[in-house]
Amino acid sequence: MPEPQDTSCSGGIGVYVCHCGTNIAGTIDVNALTDYAAALPGVTIARNYKYACSTPGQELIKRDIRELNLTRVVVAACSPCLHEKTFRNVTAEGGLNPYYFHMVNLREHASWVHTDKKAATEKAKDLIRAAVRRVRLHRPLERKRVSIDPNVLIVGGGIAGIHAALTLANAGKHVYLVERDATIGGHMAMFDKTFPTLDCAACILTPKMTAVTSHPHITLWTLSEVTQVDGYVGNYKVTVKRKPRYVLEDACVGCMECIEACVYKQAKVPDEFNMHLGKRKPIYIPFPQAVPQVVVIDRETCIEFKSGKCKKTCVEVCGDRKAIDFLQQEKTEIIEVGTIILATGFFTFDAKRIPYYGYGTYPNVYTALEVERLVNAAGPTGGDIVLRDGRKPKTVGVVHCVGSRDENTNRYCSRVCCMYSLKLAHLIKEKTEAEVFNFYIDMRTPGKGFEEFYNRVAEEGTIFIRGRVADVYPDPSGDGRLTIVVEDTLMSTVRRIPVDLVVLSTGLEPQPDAQEVRRRFHISCSSEGFFLERHPKLAPVSTFTDGIFLAGCCQGPKDIPETVAQAGAAAAEALALIDIGYVEQEPYTAQVLEEACSGCKTCIPLCPYQAISLVEEKKKATINEVLCKGCGTCVASCPSGSIMQNLFEDEEIFEETEGLLAYA
Amino acid sequence: MPDANLNSSQAVAHVAEQPPFEPRIVAFFCNWCTYLAADLAGTSRMKYAPNVRVVRVMCSGRVDPQFVLDAFAHGADGVLIGGCHPGDCHYQEGNYKALRRFRLLKRMLGQMGIEEARLRLEWISASEAERFRWVMNDMVERVRILGPLRLLPAKEVFPEEVAV
Repeated sequence: MPEPQDTSCSGGIGVYVCHCGTNIAGTIDVNALTDYAAALPGVTIARNYKYACSTPGQELIKRDIRELNLTRVVVAACSPCLHEKTFRNVTAEGGLNPYYFHMVNLREHASWVHTDKKAATEKAKDLIRAAVRRVRLHRPLERKRVSIDPNVLIVGGGIAGIHAALTLANAGKHVYLVERDATIGGHMAMFDKTFPTLDCAACILTPKMTAVTSHPHITLWTLSEVTQVDGYVGNYKVTVKRKPRYVLEDACVGCMECIEACVYKQAKVPDEFNMHLGKRKPIYIPFPQAVPQVVVIDRETCIEFKSGKCKKTCVEVCGDRKAIDFLQQEKTEIIEVGTIILATGFFTFDAKRIPYYGYGTYPNVYTALEVERLVNAAGPTGGDIVLRDGRKPKTVGVVHCVGSRDENTNRYCSRVCCMYSLKLAHLIKEKTEAEVFNFYIDMRTPGKGFEEFYNRVAEEGTIFIRGRVADVYPDPSGDGRLTIVVEDTLMSTVRRIPVDLVVLSTGLEPQPDAQEVRRRFHISCSSEGFFLERHPKLAPVSTFTDGIFLAGCCQGPKDIPETVAQAGAAAAEALALIDIGYVEQEPYTAQVLEEACSGCKTCIPLCPYQAISLVEEKKKATINEVLCKGCGTCVASCPSGSIMQNLFEDEEIFEETEGLLAYA
Repeated sequence: MPDANLNSSQAVAHVAEQPPFEPRIVAFFCNWCTYLAADLAGTSRMKYAPNVRVVRVMCSGRVDPQFVLDAFAHGADGVLIGGCHPGDCHYQEGNYKALRRFRLLKRMLGQMGIEEARLRLEWISASEAERFRWVMNDMVERVRILGPLRLLPAKEVFPEEVAV
């Protein structure tokens, strides 16, 4: 039961107006605002200060609370999303209940968005008046402590997921690593070399992949997807759908004899891992270093699934191990975890969306990822960069910004394309001695050793032409050569450059199902569709849902070092929660005022968390405080007004609204 | 949102006779989508009309019809409710509850002589700062055309048949 409304607060309110340098003071007359606040009923002191969030600013408030016996604090500064916690702590350290505080958003909601000083100051006055009226009604509240389950779920087994999983597992926490594909490794496993150091991607990645399978604290589920997420920070209940592999992971030893024995003597199915440039059999392993080292059967192409009349030579050769199971069914697992890291990666831009570049029409137009596989010694050509007819290219054009920095596709820069285009230019030149042209808009090489790499590639003789490629068309002679049309903006002339091979440096996009995944995990996306971080600078791996963190390209395009750094940061954030063992939750929960409740049960079906139930003996509703997440929907719907929400009580909101409107 | 009550030629003529009118608009924004869109508009330094005053609630589902009526009763010329897009509610479905109440409330307002365009519900996600700015400006302009809200005075004498 709530305590009776604290009506003793007839005064003792301290109002602090922050200048935020000139961010607020530049548009709002802070002195006039302070004078105005000082004259409001109940206000004991009103001050303004350059940076209220600085240590001296905080000390000023604490000292006032003690010396002037303040009972309530109002800080008019930036968004509560940024500093509400800071000033609640200040209020508490000054000796008051932290909820005897209200924050006014002057910066994001007034000074930054208005140019008229007078109007902005008037708006600020209204907002402060509303806060002063509201804060008087605030009650003392306590944060609930919720225990944290030490297990962690990581979604996505690319380099981000792998790195985060190993970091957490090495700290002794149990990790569930859920990957949609048959193997972990993600995009990085497809790369040949990594810029700017040109280390072999497989050499640095595969040891980490192996470490994942052998780690006692990691449960790896491939061919699996999260289908449902319930619960809250510290106590998530996650449903994972595990698709059948038709090969028992425990029984398969990865000898791959079944692949040899398959009734298909020749590999016929386009191989996804090699960007469909190579072929595989219906029973296959995605690539030699795949983790887990377990074969997989593709039911779309396997004869046994199609006709049921296969000789099943694979089963025969597997023998006593009996690893192949055509009857394997989809399984659903429910796990309990305290924190979740999303590392679901990116989707490469579909080059067919820009038809004038001819991808899919002209055979010798490749995407960068395809060339990445061609360059790779383990790739479909054994590392030879060849045209579709097997000839070696003599001239190659690398087209930057395909699906990036383009009003028709994606406005943003994909960050990595300049550097990987330079890398490909270097590798193509090294392997084929072809003449390589790079067509760029701006060369973006910010990073350790990046500019040096650019200089190196330029010195090697790669030709750089500044301009966005306008067209790619085939030579009329029909010899398969292509002409690249570009306006060379440094020479102010349109050039037509004949090449054998065109490489399209495609940008990075959000996964096609990013919106579904976002909903499943109750997080947001930014406007381009990548997952939204809690704060771009101060909370770059957190989300607005407590206990859910982001790592890697699901949050936005980034290179491998940044991805690994972010994965480490996400793991550290999860560890910080796990190690302290509990999380304090905001006390915005709802409660039933029993004497007023008529037992009508209107509220019960409205609660999405099943937090409300009817106490049969009393015929009164009751709210389970642990399950309540504080949305306030039941409060608004109660016909008898017998539900209240902490800090969002009807009276508090009425006071705030009336305060906004009562022009003095 | 098109509105039948908005007869612009009449309204413009009406405004021309009056001293400049600045609408007072109260907005109830959910903490997770529209409030964040407002913050993003701020960090993006977008400029918009200064007439709207925001009350933050955790969910648009918290918006009690009384809040809206209270705002109108105390001098608001318009009320804007902002929530997450359908399917995106941080609390799963609070925004649907808000929509339900909004529909009913809008009909009631008409009966009370308050033009429907004075109450508006918008779904604005945390990333839609540009849309947020547009809604703010559009709301202010629409209410500006309607002019100040004049509530009908309460009838002191009941018609006879009601009094009996």
